[in-house]
Amino acid sequence: MKRSLIDICDLSTEEIEEMVDVAKDIMRNPQKYSEKCKGKKLAALFFEPSTRTRLSFEAAMYELGGNVLSVSSADSSSASKGESVADTARIVSCYADIIAMRHPKEGAPLVAAMNASIPVINAGDGGHNHPTQTLADICTVSLEKGRLNNLTVGFCGDLKFGRTVHSLIQALSRYSGNRFILISPEELNLPGYIKKDVIEKNRIEYVQTTSLEQVMPELDILYMTRVQKERFFNEEDYLRLKDSYILTPEKLKSARSDLSILHPLPRVNEISVAIDNDPRACYFKQALYGKYMRMALIMKLLGIEP
Amino acid sequence: MNIDSIKNGIVIDHITAGKGMDIYNLLKLDSLDCSVAIIKNVTSVKMGKKDIIKIDADIPINMDILGYIDPGVTVNIIRGGERVEKRSISLPDRLVNVIFCKNPRCITSTEQELPHIFKLTDPANRVYRCAYCESKASGRGI
Ligand SMILES: [Zn+2]
Repeated sequence: MKRSLIDICDLSTEEIEEMVDVAKDIMRNPQKYSEKCKGKKLAALFFEPSTRTRLSFEAAMYELGGNVLSVSSADSSSASKGESVADTARIVSCYADIIAMRHPKEGAPLVAAMNASIPVINAGDGGHNHPTQTLADICTVSLEKGRLNNLTVGFCGDLKFGRTVHSLIQALSRYSGNRFILISPEELNLPGYIKKDVIEKNRIEYVQTTSLEQVMPELDILYMTRVQKERFFNEEDYLRLKDSYILTPEKLKSARSDLSILHPLPRVNEISVAIDNDPRACYFKQALYGKYMRMALIMKLLGIEP
Repeated sequence: MNIDSIKNGIVIDHITAGKGMDIYNLLKLDSLDCSVAIIKNVTSVKMGKKDIIKIDADIPINMDILGYIDPGVTVNIIRGGERVEKRSISLPDRLVNVIFCKNPRCITSTEQELPHIFKLTDPANRVYRCAYCESKASGRGI
């Protein structure tokens, strides 16, 4: 049966763990995987620019020995001629073996999956879902910590609009003994329905705070996101608050020596570059792990055994 | 039409008082040629007050709409003056083109031919979310 990945919850915890194991194996034996997708084509349909995600998918497919058909900008594509997502998905099914779709409209990859005869991967749909980022995040946690349970995870910055935060909270809520610390200005608190429908439903303990410094010593993982100026009603609030959510060597002083700092990237200024060489900074490794997880995912959806 | 005696038709009973008109509109009963009666604020032992709709023709009824608007109703099918079937309604798992997504960022906002699909995500609180963007259906937002 054809399978797609639209939402991180389309995958069971067992499947995610299997994929993390495959990702680890790829890192150890890249040669073993270099022809797994020989003769297969990935259609990268990017109706909105996202250079990093597209490159990660393309690199993943090439490292599996496959090929890539790429559509990289909205106006050169059939979308500008008014073709529907459904029709595009049907047509591309004739040319490729798997689709990775980025689209500014929420739900577009689901529409593609409903109409394509080949698997569809959601590579980001507006502010809604971005499941392959979550796979990268989970792989990083697993590799850095050796487990996905019994962790105290701090989420810092824009928890209201940060879709990667919402998905990672969803994914980590399925493991026992995790504890979340939600660090954000009040304007950017985690939406109530995620607290209620995800965190409380899974009986996960959580704390909400505005101070990163206060909770720093407790954290196993610190997941940073950007606080954007346009999220605030007025400039004064933004200027007053922005520095509280910038990670500096000074704020890291009270952190544990085995803390892991994650960030979905791109970073602007929310993590000081002075931290980049700190062994606790994992955000560049996270991008690398994202490629290995995309490789594991492409193989899984194509039904190719590792 | 004598509202007490229908020969062949449908009686929608146990409608929450005040919802009779909503159901009439949503089932598009105004477009029927046959007689339709809405009886409001009928005294009911069980409910205090209720509305009833009687339709003097055997037409197909969209049970999903009824279940979404008022899951407590019963639908009685009348043939030859006798009740031949009594259907109770449950909250539907899925609604197709009953309610419409209003999220401007949703793919349904730009691709008009897509069916508007909502899924029941929280039966206890009767919460429906758009299958595409997961926006919550706003009230009975029709
Ligand atoms: Zn929607």
